[in-house]
Amino acid sequence: MTDTTSFYELTVNGSHREVRDSWIGESLLYVLRERLGLMGSKGACEQGECGSCTVLLDGDAVCSCLVLSASAVGSNIVTVEGLAPNGEPSDVQRAFVDHGAVQCGFCTPGLIVAVHHLLEHNPDPSMIEVKEALSGNICRCTGYGRIFAAVETVVAVRKGAGS
Amino acid sequence: MTVHVPTSLDEAVQLLVANPTARLLSGGTDTMVEVNFNRTKPEAVIALRRIPSLREYSIGPDGIVIGAGVPYASMETGPLAQALPALAAAARTVGSPQIRAAGTLGGNLGTCSPAGDGLPVLSALNASINLRSPRGTRTVPFAEFMTGVKRNSRATDEIIESVSVAPTTGFQDYAKVGVRNAMVISVASVCFVHDRNTSSVRVALGAVGPTIIRAREAEDWLAGRVDASKQLPPDGALATEFARLVASAARPIDDHRSTAAYRRHAIEVLARRLYLRSTT
Repeated sequence: MTDTTSFYELTVNGSHREVRDSWIGESLLYVLRERLGLMGSKGACEQGECGSCTVLLDGDAVCSCLVLSASAVGSNIVTVEGLAPNGEPSDVQRAFVDHGAVQCGFCTPGLIVAVHHLLEHNPDPSMIEVKEALSGNICRCTGYGRIFAAVETVVAVRKGAGS
Repeated sequence: MTVHVPTSLDEAVQLLVANPTARLLSGGTDTMVEVNFNRTKPEAVIALRRIPSLREYSIGPDGIVIGAGVPYASMETGPLAQALPALAAAARTVGSPQIRAAGTLGGNLGTCSPAGDGLPVLSALNASINLRSPRGTRTVPFAEFMTGVKRNSRATDEIIESVSVAPTTGFQDYAKVGVRNAMVISVASVCFVHDRNTSSVRVALGAVGPTIIRAREAEDWLAGRVDASKQLPPDGALATEFARLVASAARPIDDHRSTAAYRRHAIEVLARRLYLRSTT
């Protein structure tokens, strides 16, 4: 059995990125971090349990550790870096900071992506819907209270801005 | 390892002919765990996620066809959930939202774990599995598809294309016990389908045997006592005896997740609960 290294292109945060000299069986998480230098997505469990590697793949929030990177050719990938394109925090990121929803910070990028995804599809979620949408993102520091408060704030501010 | 990313089913079938040992990859939620932890290193992978036809479903008077690549997230709400409430209930218990956005029925069938949440539903719905190969399309009843723990009757040149389900009328639901309430693998599960069209009640059990088990004795016993063309009677004693017979069909084992005794007990509780839920 020979391991094939190869060249392929991914579309990450709107840019074409070349992946070279990688093992073809690498996960998207590994490629994002180790090949493309995008350290926002975190790797903890590598088995889809913790959600710290959550990215948007063609608009779906998925665990990048469970995506075969080479199979994501032609897909639109958005990482946490793509949510703050000019280095300015998004409203979700700002609310997390304001509410102290960031403690050790390891789960935060995955949660930020999951919250953006939730509010894009459901701008006014109930607390049950928030908890369900974030049930795949494990946080061992905050107890979630401050995270839910941050989400409520974003919902309220966005509603106010829209009215 | 080589990775192929076909964009049509015909192309995928040809790639599988050229690479007969290739691993077929759907949502990745099983296979990538094995790859990440170095438990498997397939020589070739054929990734099916960019084949649009596998991600389609249709709901019509003659039946429901669900593409093998439709993710669980698409079954939780919307037309599929309305047409197949038991499938929706099962889909909601799969992993996390991230897993349900990726995982598919085709993957569930390919892996064929007795704990796969989609499988008891397919069993109780008398679903057929449609397999595509260079020889054409072959349709296999679910009962003949799953042959053992992580074993199925898919030939090496076949790709799971879709599942077909006849229309049913009446109550259907799925109930599951795990060690916590979210993101958990099944310790024991029951799918209950009351189909007034065929005057039948069908019950399938997950995670309590090497394959999904149909509780045929319980189904036949109930058929002799109720008129299944109508709503079932809210009879507690009947439900209790029915549930006892359902549990006697289970063939559970002790393992790292639970014990055989607990699993059998859980099946009985879930079967009784689902029967009574169907009567309200």
